[in-house]
Amino acid sequence: MENLLEVKNLAVSFKTFFGEVEAVRNISFSVKDSQTVAIVGESGCGKSVTANSIMQLLPMPPAFFKGGEIWFEGENLLKKTDKEMQKIRGNKMSMIFQDPMTSLNPTIRVGKQIVEGLIHHHGISKQEAEEKALEMLRLVSVPQPEKRIKQYPHEFSGGMRQRVMIALAMVSDPKLIIADEPTTALDVTVQAQILELMREIQKERGMSIILITHDLGIVAEMSDKVVVMYAGQIIEEGNTKEIFENTKHPYTAKLLKSVPRLDMDKNEPLHSIEGTPPDLYIPPLGCPFYDRCDKAMKICKDNMPDEENHSPTHKSRCWLNHPLAKDQERRSS
Amino acid sequence: MKKYIFKRLGMSIVTIWAVVTITFFLMHSVPGDPFRKEGKMSPAVYENLLEKYGLDKSYPEQYMIYLTNLLKGDFGDSMKSKVETVNDMITRGFPVSAYLGVEALLIAIVFGPALGALAALYQNKVPDYIAMIVAIIGISVPSFIMGTMFIQFIAKNINWLPIGGWGEFKHTILPAIALSMMPLAYMARLMRSSMLEVLGQDYIKTAQSKGISKAAVVLKHAVRNAILPIVSVLGTLISNLLVGSFVIEKIFGIPGLGALFVQSITNRDYTLIMGTTIFYAIVLIGMLFLVDLAYMAIDPRIKLTGEGR
Repeated sequence: MENLLEVKNLAVSFKTFFGEVEAVRNISFSVKDSQTVAIVGESGCGKSVTANSIMQLLPMPPAFFKGGEIWFEGENLLKKTDKEMQKIRGNKMSMIFQDPMTSLNPTIRVGKQIVEGLIHHHGISKQEAEEKALEMLRLVSVPQPEKRIKQYPHEFSGGMRQRVMIALAMVSDPKLIIADEPTTALDVTVQAQILELMREIQKERGMSIILITHDLGIVAEMSDKVVVMYAGQIIEEGNTKEIFENTKHPYTAKLLKSVPRLDMDKNEPLHSIEGTPPDLYIPPLGCPFYDRCDKAMKICKDNMPDEENHSPTHKSRCWLNHPLAKDQERRSS
Repeated sequence: MKKYIFKRLGMSIVTIWAVVTITFFLMHSVPGDPFRKEGKMSPAVYENLLEKYGLDKSYPEQYMIYLTNLLKGDFGDSMKSKVETVNDMITRGFPVSAYLGVEALLIAIVFGPALGALAALYQNKVPDYIAMIVAIIGISVPSFIMGTMFIQFIAKNINWLPIGGWGEFKHTILPAIALSMMPLAYMARLMRSSMLEVLGQDYIKTAQSKGISKAAVVLKHAVRNAILPIVSVLGTLISNLLVGSFVIEKIFGIPGLGALFVQSITNRDYTLIMGTTIFYAIVLIGMLFLVDLAYMAIDPRIKLTGEGR
């Protein structure tokens, strides 16, 4: 399979009054055709910045690219002008946002919002546009599409609006969809419906999905590949099976442990990872997870571990991978 | 919708009645009357004058007479002008003031929001600073200073436009600009802040993610949502502009409605006070109604119904 998208050594920073925040630090990953890649991590770990960098929707300034390349269908997106990028955005790649309650323009009819991008990119007629809008609403299973396209977003429920957002993202038949926490704002049953819908559409149309989430339950259900980010870096990457069954990085392990389970004892407290991620004004020299890791060793403090391959698809960055790690003195926590 | 309009109409009539009543009794509670100050007047003449204008009757009686006349659309005779009725004075002054007001309004509505939107789009850059300097000048420099400066520099020194007077279009330019500065500046500031808020909304990002041009994002998605706060202040603004400004009309020698407001008070011209106040109330209520209709046209979430919320 060909790589549809390849991110190479991407580094994104934000200029602020207090100095530079290194939100994304040298990350590389790839997305193949029809693959679903999940990017997971806590709030502020750089997931959304990564997604917005690919779409080039970051406000610049304050954001700027410090380095790296983003290859999409054989072209480096970071070399493109605004105009060229507009032709790709909403055409070959599109995005689904977190909060469907605020992501639709309250003063424009839903049907028009869905096809707006299409009209812009392909200059189709009004009638074609309306038919297309109807087709899209049917695709995302919105009942009574003839009536619905003439309505405004406030007449839709949260789940229905997210369906509209999916329709909006799918309308130009993109190669890549970036879903930035698409179900976070929805309740659990609606969440399941939306995920099911996305899977069905993917099966039918075969686009690739980058799924950004902090919910590992969704990851297990949806994705082929998982990228775990922490403090702007990728600390573990692998097939979903590898990540769940052969967890290498202590951070990933803790993330997995903090997923609430139905079979948990009622009185058992929910697990959480103590502490907060490091301040990215002054990124730590060593492993950024050092302060919160209960397996941390002396070497972790000032030295960043190299990437270690566990299989052709599975790699992680942790000193525990090192052959000498077992002999090292463990820090008692 | 029909129900709403009828309800609104009924409410308006009640409001106007309240304005009439309150103004009437407030006005009469102030000591003195229209004729007391007029120097050497024999008591007999004074009594006669009171009788002629019905001021010798009790307040409730006068009030009832005034109300019945008002229902016929008659504001009564002016107590100072010997030749004109209040209706005459308003129909003479209003078109002048309204003409000037509409001109000022057009200037303000075209340039105010545009300036504000520009400032928001180029936040903390040169266009923003220029727009906000203009806005601060517009808000903080009083219209009588603006007016006199225009007369000094544009009318007198370089002789482009007439100093004052009324009759041709060229007479209206300077006063209209002077009159428009305050609302223009106010709208610019309002538009800037509301535009900044809208530009930070998620749906703007959605619009950008569709790959449409920057201009389309701003014009189709941002402006329509950002204009709402402007529309809501428009009602008061328009009615103020329409009924004229005493200061501007005085400076440029314009025979508008603005002067009548001040004259009526200083002269204790009871009927003129009532007439101008009620007229202003009617214009204001009408404008506020139009604003609510405009609101509904712009924002589909706002539905006007006869029922309470």
